[in-house]
Amino acid sequence: MTGNEALAEGAVRAGCRFYSGYPITPQNEVPAYMAKRMSECGGTFIQAESELAAINMVLGAAAAGARAMTSSSSPGISLKQEGISYLAGCQLPAVIANVQRGGPGLGSIDPAQGDYFQATKGGGHGDYHTIVLAPMSVQEMHDFTINAFRLADKHRIPVTILADGRLGQMMEPVYLHRGPPPPPPPKPWTLTGARNRRPNWIRSLLVNEGELEKHNYKLQKCYHEIARRETRCEEMHAASCDLLVAAWGTCARIAKGAVLAARARGWKVGFYRPITLWPFPAKRLATLARQVKGILTVEMNCGQMLEDVRLAAGGEAQIFFSGYPGGKVPSESEILKTIYKNTRRLSKIRTRRPE
Amino acid sequence: MAKKQKIYGRPEALSSSVMHYCAGCGHSLVHKLLAEVMDELHIRDKTIGVAPVGCAVFAYYYLKCDISEAPHGRTPAVATGLKRVRPGRIIFSYQGDGDLAAIGMCETIHTANRGENITVIFINNTVYGMTGGQMAPTTLVKQQTPTCPAGRETATMGGPIRVCELLNTLDRPFYIERTALDGIHGILKTKKALLTAFKAQMDEKGYSFVEILSPCPTYFRLSPEDSLKFVKNELSRHFPVRVFRKEGVVIND
Repeated sequence: MTGNEALAEGAVRAGCRFYSGYPITPQNEVPAYMAKRMSECGGTFIQAESELAAINMVLGAAAAGARAMTSSSSPGISLKQEGISYLAGCQLPAVIANVQRGGPGLGSIDPAQGDYFQATKGGGHGDYHTIVLAPMSVQEMHDFTINAFRLADKHRIPVTILADGRLGQMMEPVYLHRGPPPPPPPKPWTLTGARNRRPNWIRSLLVNEGELEKHNYKLQKCYHEIARRETRCEEMHAASCDLLVAAWGTCARIAKGAVLAARARGWKVGFYRPITLWPFPAKRLATLARQVKGILTVEMNCGQMLEDVRLAAGGEAQIFFSGYPGGKVPSESEILKTIYKNTRRLSKIRTRRPE
Repeated sequence: MAKKQKIYGRPEALSSSVMHYCAGCGHSLVHKLLAEVMDELHIRDKTIGVAPVGCAVFAYYYLKCDISEAPHGRTPAVATGLKRVRPGRIIFSYQGDGDLAAIGMCETIHTANRGENITVIFINNTVYGMTGGQMAPTTLVKQQTPTCPAGRETATMGGPIRVCELLNTLDRPFYIERTALDGIHGILKTKKALLTAFKAQMDEKGYSFVEILSPCPTYFRLSPEDSLKFVKNELSRHFPVRVFRKEGVVIND
């Protein structure tokens, strides 16, 4: 199945019973798949009148206690940012899939990774984060979506799946999740009608003195907890190399192949891939930065995760960057050439410096 | 001594909080009517409201039912999500004219067009109250506001939008009525309209819409008494008070 379909089926198997969305390429298979599956499993599918309506229908559905999802692609996600900020402020669990395309503006319909800043640094207004998961295969599109619903419910937070057009459109065999969906925790805060209890409010408006500060500290505490417990990354030969190749999503998949090819040639290269883009696995990267000589970041943008890599490395390693901001997906041999070039640069640096 | 019988009091669904609304504002009155309707239909504990952005943003302080907030204008979308997940609950959205007819016009029309089984309460006082009385889509021609200081003129600002008439062109709405808080008669008619709208939803008949012409003395820059006259004489002239659709059937003038 395609990545978009695997993602949608993952949502269904995670217990998602409410989907609202609006067509935009390259994620159109998601709403089409959900339209069919939601009617089969007694859920709700709504083709909304806009992205704004779609995300706010999710807000209503989440407030009512449902596992709810929306999906879109870059320009559509920009429109959803208002609702995502409200979801975060109201502490509502929901899943938002962004199958990225080229930008800024209308950009192109080709795969890109230009929404890293938007996804990981807030995107909408206010001091907030969403958990951001970056799959790199069709299998992960499926698995990460199931995990996204679990994380959303566990921490009462919106979770973003940050994929791209290549992952959405490509076809691969998938092991579908079997068994019942992860059970949701009790949700006494949902709006069900105030029978035998005080009325529940879903709100982010806190105007009384000190109330908002208290609320924001509560959110930050939750973010610290998530950073402590949910940070994930994948690595290969990372602790025993000179040059560490850091990449995420589609780029990581190709870079992994390039690193394997480089090692087959005897080059001392390793691979590092954040699975959670937020929380960024900075601690591990900081450790690695002290062990390696250089870190090469490869992204399909002009250097966005690069900033988090620099921050984590803290000047401990040389940082190199290779970017593809035009909707082009780099090939393994292109990344291999970049690895070769930067390995040579590293060796020059080494020879210039006295031991 | 004859036994005392209570014939009037604060509705159970209305909290005892002191409301923040200005003197003579229509919101407090509509809140009370809404609470009375919830009491009379015995639906307070299965009602979920969606409060708007604007003056009525604190509706949850006053109505003793579950309430969600919504971003400006997205109230019908939030209500849609709630209703689809909880079809057995009574969902109402409560909106002002900026929320409903400006930033949320798209959601307003499409929610009505889907025939969502919700009740929309539209408070039309022709201005944005909370932000300082600016021009709304419903501001009357020649009416002065901070953003049309010389008075609204149609050449560049268009005319006041008649929302009931607009929604009445759609196939799916079940009930549409416009009332006015312009005196005892208007208040009683408003309550009756709210009862009809909520009953329609309870009977799963579909979308019901009640527009209420309401006084805003602060930004009409009139006394509460003169504001009622303004609603009666000026607003009702441009926005005729009547039933537009009943039982899904368009009612002609």
